[in-house]
Amino acid sequence: MMITRARITRPMKITMALAATSLVAAACSSSTSSNSSSPSTSSAGPSGLTVPTANLPVLQKIGKGEGQLNLIAWEGYLQPQWVKPFEQQTGCQVNGKYAGSSDEMVALMKDGGGGQYDMVSSSGDADLRILYAGDAHPVNINLIPSWKQFFPAFQSPPFNTINGVHYGISLQWGPNVLMYNTKDFATAPTSWSVIYNPKYKGQVTVPDNPIQIADAALYLKTSTPSLGITDPYELTQPQFQAAVNLLAQQRPLIEKYWDLASQEIFDFKNGNAIVGAGWPYQVSTLKADKFSIGSVVPAEGATGWADTWMLAAKAPHPNCAYMWMAYISTPKVQAEQAINYGETPDNSQACAYMNQMQAGSCAEYHANAPLSYLASISLWKTPLATCDNGKTDCVPYSEWVSAWNTEVK
Amino acid sequence: MEPKALRVGLRIWVVLVLAFLFIPIILIVLYSFNRSNIESWPIPSFSWHWYNVAFHDPQVRSAFLLSIRVALYATVLAVLLGSAVAFALYKYKFFGSEAISFLLVLPLALPGIITGIALNSFFSFTGIQLGTITIVIGHTTFCIVVVFNNVIARLRRTSGSLAEASSDLGARGWQTLRFVTLPLSATALVSGALLAFALSFDEVIVTVFTAGAQNTLPLWIFGAIRLGQQLPEVNAVVSIVILLTIIPVVLAARLAGAGAVTRSARGVPVGEAGS
Amino acid sequence: MTATAVSAPGGQARRDGMWTRVSAVLWRRPWARATILLTPPLAWFVLIYLASLVVLLITAFWQINPFTTNIERIWSFGNFTTIFTSSAYRGIILRTVGMAAAVTVVDATVAFPFAYFMARIASPRTRTGLFVAILLPLWASYLAKIYSWLVMFTHDGILDWSLGKIGLSQIHLIYTNWAVFAVFCYLWLPFMIIPVYAALERIPPSQIEASQDLGGRTWRTTREILLPLALPGIVAGSIFTFSLTLGDYITPLLVGGTSAQFMGNVIYSNIGIANNVPFAAAMACIPVIIMAAYLLGARSLGAFEAI
Repeated sequence: MMITRARITRPMKITMALAATSLVAAACSSSTSSNSSSPSTSSAGPSGLTVPTANLPVLQKIGKGEGQLNLIAWEGYLQPQWVKPFEQQTGCQVNGKYAGSSDEMVALMKDGGGGQYDMVSSSGDADLRILYAGDAHPVNINLIPSWKQFFPAFQSPPFNTINGVHYGISLQWGPNVLMYNTKDFATAPTSWSVIYNPKYKGQVTVPDNPIQIADAALYLKTSTPSLGITDPYELTQPQFQAAVNLLAQQRPLIEKYWDLASQEIFDFKNGNAIVGAGWPYQVSTLKADKFSIGSVVPAEGATGWADTWMLAAKAPHPNCAYMWMAYISTPKVQAEQAINYGETPDNSQACAYMNQMQAGSCAEYHANAPLSYLASISLWKTPLATCDNGKTDCVPYSEWVSAWNTEVK
Repeated sequence: MEPKALRVGLRIWVVLVLAFLFIPIILIVLYSFNRSNIESWPIPSFSWHWYNVAFHDPQVRSAFLLSIRVALYATVLAVLLGSAVAFALYKYKFFGSEAISFLLVLPLALPGIITGIALNSFFSFTGIQLGTITIVIGHTTFCIVVVFNNVIARLRRTSGSLAEASSDLGARGWQTLRFVTLPLSATALVSGALLAFALSFDEVIVTVFTAGAQNTLPLWIFGAIRLGQQLPEVNAVVSIVILLTIIPVVLAARLAGAGAVTRSARGVPVGEAGS
Repeated sequence: MTATAVSAPGGQARRDGMWTRVSAVLWRRPWARATILLTPPLAWFVLIYLASLVVLLITAFWQINPFTTNIERIWSFGNFTTIFTSSAYRGIILRTVGMAAAVTVVDATVAFPFAYFMARIASPRTRTGLFVAILLPLWASYLAKIYSWLVMFTHDGILDWSLGKIGLSQIHLIYTNWAVFAVFCYLWLPFMIIPVYAALERIPPSQIEASQDLGGRTWRTTREILLPLALPGIVAGSIFTFSLTLGDYITPLLVGGTSAQFMGNVIYSNIGIANNVPFAAAMACIPVIIMAAYLLGARSLGAFEAI
């Protein structure tokens, strides 16, 4: 039973035409772009930028918990041994989403966390990007009693406190260590040169992260002083190119750039890699599995990270978020996390608890180390075009990303 | 008939292919008994530990339940929408019908990451918050074509005169649908629904982009893979899922008869050669 | 239309009511019925799916603020020029398309004899069993299956161990493109077997017999009768092996090494990490164009004949 074409096609054609025009109209006329939650900002950097959310009112009192808490965290930051007691005490069920790099965290936090996420455990190089995009919310530090116990360097650090306004609380910090298989290295390597040594072709692993260029720069700072590198995150074009070239030379030595912490764990365990750069989390997981892993901060120093639990601008569960901040900053929990992960707590009172839980751990993880130790670690920060010394010829992060993707990998 | 040598050769080939398909599955089950939480060969020691952990893990339970819910909603929607298109198109060839079937195939034919980021941009563009609803929308979109192809292949096999006869006997449209058309296409609907459910349940790429803070089972598995400390638990969970699905799959295959299920399988439109 | 003396199935007396009239109208005007049936699904597709693809396409012409990574609506071809002028990205595109083609060819070759056996030689019970056997791996988590291959391919893993047992030297396949290739072939094989089987099953045995009666030997019969008739099924299956490989980023991420840069990885790392949605969108246009061309070609080869 065939129907003449005209009858069928006419209503169809009208519908299609209507749909098409409405689509185009919607696309052209929509006045807000998908994630411009901040007024237009210059790309020069923090000088001249304001934090769009600086004047939002802070919570005055922690109210009743909302029953849920959505957190973006590094792998290993939400272990059951401290999350479960928190859930029992406060009734806030924790949903964790893992992110393996600062870039991922910035991406997930766009649009103020999208109304989905409450907090993110971001490192220094992500914090400013999150802040200036207007994705963080001011925090009332008076509601976090343990804050007073923090080391002064971490109470109001420049990566989470701008003009006296806090946007989160500092969490813990640590180095990116040189990991090695103790069966292949009788004594601990003393220099980062080992991961650039062609002798270990196919057995080296480093993170798949553009910030790794800073690690190369840090090594060049000592090995090639003529380059004049002082800050591995503020590189002039020639310094930047030298670091990129070093990494391009390193490429044949690497079988796999690890994207996920578990990949590095798997690779060391199975002998795919015997030396490389990693986080203390991988080291402690392998040690717990009784694997022959060792780690060291070599003579040239190391890059590192200082993490903050930052509050999302559109956090759907602010009361639970504050309860979490208050909980995670207490000395005992700080000690637990520090030992489990292998990092250094920001709470000065954690040391005693650490030694109770594991003898000697306070010294091992530098919980009471002098400031000189902190100074030897180059903490992650976002490379900007404006260098700290006032000049504007430093290479910005977007070029780090494209160089990493096209020249190194 | 085929020569004997060919038949023997084919049998060997089939066995090899089956081995290829199943060795990784066997490994999944094997490693679920691995006591150590880092996977390596050979397995150091065996235990039921991870099954125990999986059963008591509230995250696994909520992820599993969310996956089931999403798959159910997506399947129901896909059945309704897909069969609607099939009923509309099977008799009438008009200018738009080819375009429509082309359109329906797009979500499956285009890589999942594109569907995922397109929907993600769309949701943030229109201000729809990511959540269960957006996951269901994403899954339904690519499940529709699976049902559609199943049903229309089946309907094209039935004679149109049956529906006409029903109307001649005085049935209203709805009664024809209920008493004639639906029973004829029942097996196609069931097998289409089963495949749509399977696609949605194991979907990971589109879900990564359309989910908010909640986890479906594949998302939970991905998180566990990132963490690297509970991989055998993942294997335990997957082994349980495989076990749970053997029965429905066997039942469906028997019920529909391998012929009907395959013809509608995977929602891929196949040329009607010689029929 | 007034009711006639005939009663409807089920013995209900036909009421001359509104529903009957509506039903009759719809019967007489099939296009009205078609429109009612088509409107919800088409509305879904056009307003949600097509709209989102169009939004994505538009985004490809915009840029982002490098510091805050917010999208700025500055229209330009910049993203596209970056992709096509960079040898790295061109290489990535070629590598991805090459991999997709290789996987398709291998899967089709492996699937054909298997499907032939299932369709023409196996007894009905065996056929059902084989069919269950193909469907079952689809229910095992995609991620868990990839991880199994990791364990097989790793240094001193199962593959190396087996090779050692039979006296061969170890081949370290892990983190190579061979590993990625093997895993892709594995993952998409059921999606190729099923349509090829469906096509082969449809061929009447009489055609094969006729060919043999006319003197055709096995290979000739296969080449000139079976393959052409099964071609729509092969092409249909290839749509999936091709597109699934084209956009996959998880397999290269987990199993691939330093040279495992594929289009899916670039798209994903730009969206999920660098938050450069416009660039990711520009990169995403390429698989869209490739698949659109592939689909048009598939249509002409008859993969859509049923519609």
